[in-house]
Amino acid sequence: MWNRDRWLEVFETLRKNKLRAALSGFTIALGIFIFVTLYGFGNGLKNAFQEFFLDDATNTLWIYPAQTTKPYKGFKSRRNIEFKNDDLKDLETDFSLFLEGITPRISRGSQVSYLTESNSYTVRAVGPVHRAIEKSLVYAGRYINEIDVEQYSKHAVIGRLVAKDLFKSEDPLGKFVIINDIAFKVVGLFYDEGGDNEERMVYIPYTTQQRLLGGTDRVDQIVLTFRPEIGYQGALQLEANVKRFLKRKHHIDPDDPAGIYVRNVASDLKQNQDFASVLQYIVTFVGMGTLIAGIIGISNIMVYVVRERTKELGIRKAIGATPKSIIGMILHESIFITSVAGYVGLFAGVGTLALIGDKLEDFFIYNPQIHIGTAIFATFLLIGFGAIAGYVPAKRAARIKPIVALRDE
Amino acid sequence: MIHLTDIHKSYNLNTNPLHVLKGINLSIAEGELVAIMGASGSGKSTMLNILGILDEADSGTYTLDNTPIVKLNETKAAQYRNKFLGFVFQSFNLISYKTALENVSLPLYYQGLPRKERQKKAKEQLTKVGLGERTHHVPSELSGGEKQRVAIARALVTEPMVLLADEPTGALDTKTSYELMALLQEINDQGKTIVVITHESDIANMCKRIVYLRDGVIVEDKKIKQKKAKDYVE
Repeated sequence: MWNRDRWLEVFETLRKNKLRAALSGFTIALGIFIFVTLYGFGNGLKNAFQEFFLDDATNTLWIYPAQTTKPYKGFKSRRNIEFKNDDLKDLETDFSLFLEGITPRISRGSQVSYLTESNSYTVRAVGPVHRAIEKSLVYAGRYINEIDVEQYSKHAVIGRLVAKDLFKSEDPLGKFVIINDIAFKVVGLFYDEGGDNEERMVYIPYTTQQRLLGGTDRVDQIVLTFRPEIGYQGALQLEANVKRFLKRKHHIDPDDPAGIYVRNVASDLKQNQDFASVLQYIVTFVGMGTLIAGIIGISNIMVYVVRERTKELGIRKAIGATPKSIIGMILHESIFITSVAGYVGLFAGVGTLALIGDKLEDFFIYNPQIHIGTAIFATFLLIGFGAIAGYVPAKRAARIKPIVALRDE
Repeated sequence: MIHLTDIHKSYNLNTNPLHVLKGINLSIAEGELVAIMGASGSGKSTMLNILGILDEADSGTYTLDNTPIVKLNETKAAQYRNKFLGFVFQSFNLISYKTALENVSLPLYYQGLPRKERQKKAKEQLTKVGLGERTHHVPSELSGGEKQRVAIARALVTEPMVLLADEPTGALDTKTSYELMALLQEINDQGKTIVVITHESDIANMCKRIVYLRDGVIVEDKKIKQKKAKDYVE
C-alpha cells in the first residue's frame, strides 16, 4: 500500500493542485500554530505567577501588631499592641512542633556612609532565620548569626547595591560603615532575586538595634517559618492558633478583627496558584477550541476536495481503479498534507515561542513554552482527525458508480 | 465475445419507474465494428453502461468472453473493466491536470505495472494514434480531436478485448469526426472488437453492422457494407 508508485502519484497530484494542497495544509498549520502559541502563553502566565513567589519562602507567617477596635477586660479600644522579645520566646516554645524558625524584624530608614560616600537605606534588624525567609543569597562573608544576636555585635550584612554605591570597586568585607553615627563592621554581602530594592538593604542583629534604640525590647513584626510537611490545611490551622495565642497573651478580644494581623504566604500562594490553574484551564479550553476548529476546517476542505474530484474519481474507476485504491489515494494525500503542515505549524509555533522568549515579561508572560509531548499529541490528533475527515468522503466517493461520477459536469 | 440475453433495466425516477431496456438480445463476435443507433431516450447509453460494467441490469444475462457478468462487487467490476474493456466518452473524460502520457499510462498503474513499462507502453500507444509528438501536453493544450485520440490511446493501452465508444464524435466537427472514424476502422482492421454508440447515420455507416434501438427494444439489426472513412477525409 505504501509503495513508491503511490507516493509518486500523490506527489504528482499535489504538485499539480498546489492551491488545493496549500489551502488544506494552511488550515492544519494555522490550527497547530495557534494551539502551540496560545498554550505557550498560558504556560508563560503560570511561570510569571510562580516567579512572583520564588523571591521569598512560601512557608511563612508574617505577624504584625496593630490597634485594637474593641474594649476588652478593662482595656479601652484603640489600644496599640506591641510585640516584645518574650512574644518571640513564647511562640517558639508553644509552637515548637510546627516551627522551623522565628525572627523579629525592626525596620528603620537610616543614613549609611563609608568614608565620603553616604546614602539613605532601610536597615533591618533581624535574627539569623531571616536569611531563609527573604532567600537572601550570601555571596561573600556570612549572614547575621546567633552569636551576633547574643553579643549585641555591631556587624552588618549589606546588599549588593549598597556595596556598589558605597564601596565602588573596593572589597567591603571587614570595612566599617557608619549607620546613624555608629560604626558597624561589614561581615557579609548578599544578593536577592526579589529585585533592586531588596539589594538596597542593610541587615544588623536585632538585639544591637534594640540597644541602640534606647534599650527597648520591642519588635516591629515577627516572621516565622513552619515545617512544610504540615501542608496547606496545617498552615491555616497554625495561623489561627498563633492569632488566638497572641490575642490571649495581649488581652485582645478574641472577636476583635484587628489587634493582630497575620499574613499567610501559603494561602496567598495557594490563591495565586488556583488563579494560574484557572488560567491554564482557560488556555487549554481555548486551545482545544482551536484544535476542533482546525479539525472542522480540514473536514470541510476534504469534503470539498472529494466533491471537486468526483469526476476524476469516476474516470479513475472507469479505467480500473478499485474502491480500495481510491480511498487509499485520498487518505494517503490527506495524511501526507496534514503531517507536513502539522509539523510546519508545530515548528512555527515552537519557533515563535522561542523568539518571544522573555520579550513579553512586561505582560506577565515569562518564558512561554509548550511541553513538546503536548504539542506532538495535538499534531497527531489533528493528523488523525484529518485522516478520518478524508476517509468519510473518500469512502462515499469510492462507492458512487462511475457513470454517476462521469455525468457530473 | 459479447452475449446479451433478455436484458431489462428500469430507473426509478421520482415514483414511477422508467422502463429503459425491455428485453435486449444481442451477440457480438470478435472483430466486429458495431454501431448502436437510436434517438435520445432509446436506451442506447444505458445499454453501453451495462456492456461497460458501469451499470447493472435488473434481469437477463451478460457474458463477456465466456465470463458471466453478474452481481459483481465494485472491486471485481473495476478489475473486469480494467482487464476486458476500454472506454471512449463523448466528453473525453481525461484527467485535466495530467499530461497525455500520464493519462494514457493511468490504467496500467491500476494494473500494477512498473513505472518504466507504463511509460513505454503509453508512449507506443500514443504514437499509434498519431500523437507521438504531443505526449507532454495537458488536455487543455490539445484540440478536441487530439483529446479523443488520447482517450482512445488510454482505452487501448491495456489491450482490452472490447473498445466501447459512447458518441466518440459527438463533440467533434465533421472532418475531425471522419479522421477519428478512420482511426477506429484501422484499429478494427487489426482485429479489435469495437462498439460505437452514435445517433449520426454517417458515422454508423462507417461501421460493419448497425443495431437500431427504439424505446428499449432492438428494432433492426443489419450487417452493412462499410464505408471507409479515409475516402471522406481531405
